[in-house]
Amino acid sequence: MAKTHVTTTINGEPTEFLCEPQQTLLDVLRDELQLTGTKEGCGSGDCGACSVMVDGRLVCSCLVLGPEVEGRSIDTIEGMAHGEQLHPLQRHFLEDAALQCGVCTPGFLVAAKALLDRNPDPTETEVRFWLAGNLCRCTGYDKIIRAVMNAAAEMRGA
Amino acid sequence: MSEGNGQAKNGGGLHWVGTRSIRPDGVDKVTGRANFGADFFMPGMLTGRVLRSPHPHARIRSIDASKALALPGVKAVVTCDDMPDIPAEEAFVGEGPMNFRDLSRNCLARGKALYDGHAVAAVAATTAAIAEQALGLIEVDYEVLPHVIDVEAAMRPDAPVLHDDVFTQGVDPAPTRPSNVAKRVQTGHGDLDAGFAAADVVVERHFTTKPVHQGYIEPHACVASVSEDGQTTIWGSSQGHFMIRAYVAKLLAMDISEIRVIPAEIGGGFGGKTLVYLEPVAVLLSRKSGRPVKMVMSREEVFRATGPTSGTAIRVKIGAKKDGTITAAEAECKYQAGGFPGSQVHAAAMTGFACYSLANVRIIGWDVCVNRPRCAAYRAPGAPMAAFAIESTVDEVAEKIGIDPIDLRLKNAAKSNSQSSYGPQFREIGYIETLKAAKEHPHYKAPLGPNQGRGIASGFWFNIGGESSAAINVNEDGTAVVATGSPDIGGSRASMALMAAEVLGIDQARIRPIVADTASIGYTFLTGGSRVTFATGMAVVESAKQVVQQLRERAAKIWDIDVDAVEWKDGEARPAGSNAGRFEPLSLKDLAAMAGKTGGPIIGRSALNAQGAGPGFGTHICDVEIDRETGKVTIVRYTAVQDVGKAIHPSYVEGQIQGGVAQGIGWALNEEYIYGDDGRLQNPGFLDYRMPVASDLPMIDAVMVEVPNPAHPYGARGVGEVPIVPPMAAVANAIYRAGGVRMPDLPMSPPRLLAALDGD
Ligand code: FES
Ligand code: FES
Repeated sequence: MAKTHVTTTINGEPTEFLCEPQQTLLDVLRDELQLTGTKEGCGSGDCGACSVMVDGRLVCSCLVLGPEVEGRSIDTIEGMAHGEQLHPLQRHFLEDAALQCGVCTPGFLVAAKALLDRNPDPTETEVRFWLAGNLCRCTGYDKIIRAVMNAAAEMRGA
Repeated sequence: MSEGNGQAKNGGGLHWVGTRSIRPDGVDKVTGRANFGADFFMPGMLTGRVLRSPHPHARIRSIDASKALALPGVKAVVTCDDMPDIPAEEAFVGEGPMNFRDLSRNCLARGKALYDGHAVAAVAATTAAIAEQALGLIEVDYEVLPHVIDVEAAMRPDAPVLHDDVFTQGVDPAPTRPSNVAKRVQTGHGDLDAGFAAADVVVERHFTTKPVHQGYIEPHACVASVSEDGQTTIWGSSQGHFMIRAYVAKLLAMDISEIRVIPAEIGGGFGGKTLVYLEPVAVLLSRKSGRPVKMVMSREEVFRATGPTSGTAIRVKIGAKKDGTITAAEAECKYQAGGFPGSQVHAAAMTGFACYSLANVRIIGWDVCVNRPRCAAYRAPGAPMAAFAIESTVDEVAEKIGIDPIDLRLKNAAKSNSQSSYGPQFREIGYIETLKAAKEHPHYKAPLGPNQGRGIASGFWFNIGGESSAAINVNEDGTAVVATGSPDIGGSRASMALMAAEVLGIDQARIRPIVADTASIGYTFLTGGSRVTFATGMAVVESAKQVVQQLRERAAKIWDIDVDAVEWKDGEARPAGSNAGRFEPLSLKDLAAMAGKTGGPIIGRSALNAQGAGPGFGTHICDVEIDRETGKVTIVRYTAVQDVGKAIHPSYVEGQIQGGVAQGIGWALNEEYIYGDDGRLQNPGFLDYRMPVASDLPMIDAVMVEVPNPAHPYGARGVGEVPIVPPMAAVANAIYRAGGVRMPDLPMSPPRLLAALDGD
């Protein structure tokens, strides 16, 4: 099967890759580009572990085909920190012990950032519903929700 | 002994233990840098895929892989013919009962496929797409056999029998005919008849629970590479890389020295990653193809072929006097084992009534094969189902007598030095403390709204110790590496660093804890049974004490005084006794810098078999609100009180409790394996297997009670298992108070509750 040539921007870097038409964006990120911070928990859009941003929109990368991102801009967990400077969400996840095994963490961080980008002052309920597409089996969500709320407060300067 | 030991018992003087440090592996996990099972790549690596039986029960007449092998890009196909046919032998490698031969046949079916999803063959190819295509070209000739899915149906004399060599153990006389009932177990003491005769109230009820999956978000994954001389390296995520090594060696008849297992980060396990599925197959494929082979399960495969925990049918009978004294208690537990014997019913029989101090008690358990995936350990393996049944019945007894459910439990509670329901005498335990803390918690007295109800339930788990190894290497600059053999499944590196820092007296940030591979550290039993902070923690503390001893010796040498005249305090050697003040203290940093001149590198190491894991108890308070129109149950408030001994890192202790509760709520309300009449699993995905999401849950208040475990230097008890034990009954009891209906069958999903409310 002929591979497709795709030109994108990933975490601000112009990036090209070749992919088979049936490969998902998640496959491409992980297997072709070795950006393995984005995780696969289900491959069916039900766990959110593969969350990335495509042109500023939160998507499950397992539901996007590689060729579909031609000309688009993708942000993954690998681009969230600026150099040694962790994003406040990343810092609060650590300070508030919002991860146990950590496999869901990249997806939660990407999804939470998407929330705070559009709503800097979410209620607990809003956070819970926004993150309802991300499964975590370890934490019971308590500390994740607190970390997001605390990061939001810090980012608002509250 | 060193001063590090002097600080040992709880209370004052602790600098690091009990603090909420940032976990040492944290940054890698929030930046995507951490490598989990599926994140490892090797040059020339092939992709392995598994062909699985579509039938719940079928004889495999033949397998023809010639068409698959002819497909360009396919490098190897393996079946059970590539695996040694090993004899039956009990394995004590993983968590819970397992037989090496059964495990071999679970990795690749031999003779028969025993469940929908049972692995039959595997292929390695240059791409995933080719491997996938090759699976479709493997021709398996099945003779489909009648199957049985339900535990009680499987126990009937006319049920289709899975194994012709399974004869019920533990019954007298021994049966002459094979059956699905692999084992009968019994625990207890006293005279049940006399006990029930003395009761004013007797409640007898029947319960059922469905198999549920551990639901870790990371599917099973590994890479295996076999070199020409047979040396085998496996990278993968599991709850025990030594467990992987032992199983692979046994299943493939290899020497242990030929195998090195390098642990990846593990994306959740909860007991489900305490045995092998892919690793032996990946090794076979690599051996045959001469290339490294990576295997990653799909979520569907995880559901169809790994885990789950047993579905059960349980009868409970409890008798009590009007004053609340339980005079007799009995239960009969029928547990699904899946395709091979080995459910956790023995643990059920031991834990079921362990919260209570009883004169007359008995639990009988049955281990039953059915055409489902071979069950695996799941958090407090075996205990939660029995606890659901028993704690629901206890609640009903309290109601019938008209006594507060906490008071009823207090009246009958297991105490320090009381005889446990399963035999041995308890040592220091903190069950009563959890009951009192629950009763005094503001939640217990808070007002309830319309359609709301409050439920109480308790839970118990033994916790285990076992074999652990640790090593501490002091670096030249006075920092240190703590190496253990325990995969870090929920922040244990942080606890190891804290305990080492406490003994060494240096900042925990100067300590780098790592999980060492099987060739780099001594044998360590897997991460399970809530043992790591306890047992591996003890090995770390012991190693740190050895380091302190050496540091004192080095200082003594430098000062030319007796080592007994050197004390270790706050991370430095000080001259003590009559020498006090004679020399400037030497810090760990100073001594590390001089190590070369004072005798060489400073290392401490310990290998031990930890005894005395303190049992854990918890008491949960749950408020629900029921929707009478839809049958939906909302958890409005949840408080989980638990005796944790001593919280080494309180945040991760709370996290364990909160996570266990969330899993228990899922088990209570939604999660279940759904099979069709054809014996096929109908919901092998997260869409239809409904685990709790953030919007399903409230904050979970984790209340830690600390009754120190005297066997641990800082008093730690295992904490991970207990919290999944009480929730199902806590939710059921709350639903009863809210809606007036008892819910004996899990899950208490909306259709079920609606039917119960409608009186169907
Ligand atoms: S892997 Fe994409 S949602 Fe689960
Ligand atoms: S921390 Fe393990 S799944 Fe979320």
